[in-house]
Amino acid sequence: MTDNSTIIKLTAAEIAAKIASGELTAVEVTEAHLARIDAVDEKVHAFLHIDREGALAQARAVDAKKAAGEKLGPLAGVPLALKDIFTTEGMPTTVGSKILEGWIPPYDATLTKKLKAADVVILGKTNMDEFAMGSSTENSAYGPTGNPWDLTRIPGGSGGGSSAALASYEAALAIGTDTGGSIRQPAAVTGTVGVKPTYGGVSRYGMVAFSSSLDQGGPCARTVLDAALLHEVIAGHDPMDSTSIDAPVPPVVEAARNGSVDGMRIGVVKQFAGEGYQAGVVQRFNESVELLKSLGATIVELDCPSFDLALSAYYLIAPSECSSNLARFDAMRYGLRVGDDGTRSAEDVTALTREAGFGDEVKRRVILGTYALSSGYYDAYYGSAQKVRTLITQDFEKAFEQVDVIVSPTTPTTAFPIGERADDPMAMYLADLCTIPTNLAGNSAMSLPCGLAPEDGLPVGLQIIAPAMKDDRLYKVGAAVEAAFVEKWGHPLLEEAPSL
Amino acid sequence: MTVTDLVSYEDALASYDPVMGLEVHVELGTKTKMFCGCSTELKQDANSQTCPVCLGLPGALPVVNEIGVESAIKIGLALNCEIAEWCRFARKNYFYPDMPKNFQTSQYDEPIAYNGYLDVQLEDGEIFRVQIERAHMEEDTGKSTHVGGATGRIQGASHSLLDYNRAGIPLIEIVTKPIEGAGARAPEVAKAYVAELRELIKALGVSEARMEMGQMRCDVNLSLRPNGTETFGTRSETKNVNSLRSVERAARFEIQRHAAVLSSGGTIVQETRHFHEEDGSTTAGRIKDNAEDYRYFPEPDLVPVAPAREWVEELRGGLPELPRLRRNRLKEEWGVSEHDMQSILNAGAVDLIVATTDAGAPSDQARKWWMGELARNANETGRGLDELPITPVQVARVAELVTAGDLNDKLARQVIEGVLAGEGDPDTVVEKRGLKVVSDEGALGTAVDEAIAANAAIADKIRGGKVAAAGALVGAVMKATRGQADAARVRELILEKLGVEG
Repeated sequence: MTDNSTIIKLTAAEIAAKIASGELTAVEVTEAHLARIDAVDEKVHAFLHIDREGALAQARAVDAKKAAGEKLGPLAGVPLALKDIFTTEGMPTTVGSKILEGWIPPYDATLTKKLKAADVVILGKTNMDEFAMGSSTENSAYGPTGNPWDLTRIPGGSGGGSSAALASYEAALAIGTDTGGSIRQPAAVTGTVGVKPTYGGVSRYGMVAFSSSLDQGGPCARTVLDAALLHEVIAGHDPMDSTSIDAPVPPVVEAARNGSVDGMRIGVVKQFAGEGYQAGVVQRFNESVELLKSLGATIVELDCPSFDLALSAYYLIAPSECSSNLARFDAMRYGLRVGDDGTRSAEDVTALTREAGFGDEVKRRVILGTYALSSGYYDAYYGSAQKVRTLITQDFEKAFEQVDVIVSPTTPTTAFPIGERADDPMAMYLADLCTIPTNLAGNSAMSLPCGLAPEDGLPVGLQIIAPAMKDDRLYKVGAAVEAAFVEKWGHPLLEEAPSL
Repeated sequence: MTVTDLVSYEDALASYDPVMGLEVHVELGTKTKMFCGCSTELKQDANSQTCPVCLGLPGALPVVNEIGVESAIKIGLALNCEIAEWCRFARKNYFYPDMPKNFQTSQYDEPIAYNGYLDVQLEDGEIFRVQIERAHMEEDTGKSTHVGGATGRIQGASHSLLDYNRAGIPLIEIVTKPIEGAGARAPEVAKAYVAELRELIKALGVSEARMEMGQMRCDVNLSLRPNGTETFGTRSETKNVNSLRSVERAARFEIQRHAAVLSSGGTIVQETRHFHEEDGSTTAGRIKDNAEDYRYFPEPDLVPVAPAREWVEELRGGLPELPRLRRNRLKEEWGVSEHDMQSILNAGAVDLIVATTDAGAPSDQARKWWMGELARNANETGRGLDELPITPVQVARVAELVTAGDLNDKLARQVIEGVLAGEGDPDTVVEKRGLKVVSDEGALGTAVDEAIAANAAIADKIRGGKVAAAGALVGAVMKATRGQADAARVRELILEKLGVEG
């Protein structure tokens, strides 16, 4: 019998192995995590919905399979926290918004189906910035999530619930979505691992859309190998998603088990530096680059001038697409309906519902996007942004002729205090400075911990960027970096987090 | 309804030159919707043919129906269009409760087919070439039913019911370039164009194109300019004109209305118009003084459509004979007048006659039955010819029996009546009703002998050379055999027995 405090600190790979060997039951593992949620989530607020019964039922099914001698999948029985942006049949899906309060989807997202088919135990749905718009989870209509390193600070966003659930040991695995950095930046500020797969690598069917051409679901974990195991489960072609890539999933698990940078050419982009970068972040990043050299990599300095335009292009494309994607929330068919007293017109009810149901950031982006797409402005705004997008893709293509991967800080600063940037959208947007170019180009990237900033003792993330469909390189490099750091520190970074 | 002042058609044309633009929406006959796997079958229970995709539920994504694309390409090729090597869908953003996503997935500046033409034949045989601007793919909306008001319109309704079964059914929108130079024949050209397009769509097998079922809907855009000038006038857009006759009437009405407004010094307002079947008039709808802003942008949820050239050529190679050419060929082959051909066409009998001749019947027989007895029955029972419970093969069999002398016309009509009444195929009806021509020479000889004996006076006249009197004896024999004898053979026998040359 392993006690709960030990179980919750196990990696997903370890949990799966112990369940497969009979050392632990899936029910024990699930109960341990549910107990942890009971103990700390009131403070952390990582979850919007906890599916106790569903999780235990899934765990029992895994144990029954084991008892019947059936072969278990590589993540069978591992508890996972699912970002509340993926539809779950029979379980609420709010996207962090009041507008979908009470909506019970009649269907599972492809990703949800894949998790269930892999016998992963879904503990519940995690908090997020409303419609994934934000970098702090403060834009959730259901209140902010605390960073387990310091509950007065943000856990990143939009997937702050998922990153916080991992960092607080409430779940061994989590799912995030990354439109401009919503997997990687939360991973960076919570000392966890997060991967944005190649666009089209993981099905978007059933993932509530924010910006269709940028949104990408991906794995969140505490180790590189765990992320790879989850990546393999959720990735692959989906005939229900026209933009899903019909090609074999890159060999991510194999890469994660064989970490190495020896002989690799690794790029450092000069545009990912300068004003706005916290000293401790820069310091840890530079140390990481030295580490890569010491592990046998060659460092190449790269110039990607178009990256300076990435944030501007992003804040035209993402709002434009969101203004259209969110048009369906009209109070007609599902979710919130306000003011339907039998006298008001459909238009009035829609207006009142949106007024009450959407938060400020969502309204800001819908208005921005509606404007950018308007006749007479389209070419200047949306059209120009698409051109910048092409330039960024070309800069990446040129860069990857010279290097195998690119590294950068994941985000310019460590976790900032809740409330600090809440009224300053521009300051908030800067959190995604280093992550956005990857979304615009559609290639893959990872964030993993590279130490604590000396000035505040908070985690710093190292971003690794690989070409499209070369996601395995992230894991190969990530595993090597992770192993070297753990050896240097003597333990995973997360063990330095204060106990909750 | 407001009374609209009109000038006479002749006066209107004396001063003004009409320019038309026709926009036709065709619902494709694919088994499933454009972007999901839901059935497209009509007249099902409300909202029974829906799924997360066509309901626009959060998270759902579209996937393009390949057959929809194939149908669009076939239409484009048949309209002599260029087929895009690469094109995208676009979102047309506007709000309406029966549109689940509040944007319509359509195509904007990259249509699948563009720059074509369709030659249409007017009633006097003249060919008029209508230039095609584009044909693009899009999805249909759901249907709103407004309840509680007197008119069925949204004004005055207490609530509205939404049925999304139609939402996502594939549509092809075919847009002409401005049709100029038709002059007084503009309404006729409009009608002929829509008629030809309908025949074409049917021949391609991509839709049944039944206008009365809303499978094909036409918008008539029309403007006038003073004769001899180039600049287009302001147009009106008459929406949902849903029969061939209505297309012609709507164009005619708008020409007269525009002329009345313009010649009294007024200006035409750019607006949509509603067409009224009852009196052929139009009334004002929405004003479109500022171009509506649909905020089109390329649909990011769908990958571009890039039809391989080999595929396009394969489809081109498989195109059927164009309806107009086929019609002219059949007219020649059958040796019928333009007028008769038009009647056959209007009756929807062309394919049935062809199928009947294919089954072995002479074309005149096939035409005679389909345009005679069967057309009458269809008319009386309010059915289309193709809805009658008789097949071309069965009609061909009746014709065969007539040719072989086993049936005469009168009996053949009874056989057809039996088939229509569900008594079985022609041979079964002949059997059951005992309708075969009496050709047993012995039985016939006895009947002839009896008739001669019973009508001695007439028989004498015939012996005396009055051959024409034989008719009376033939009648008597036919009566005795209840019409089942071959009258020509009866006549021969009578003359033979009386020793007279025929």
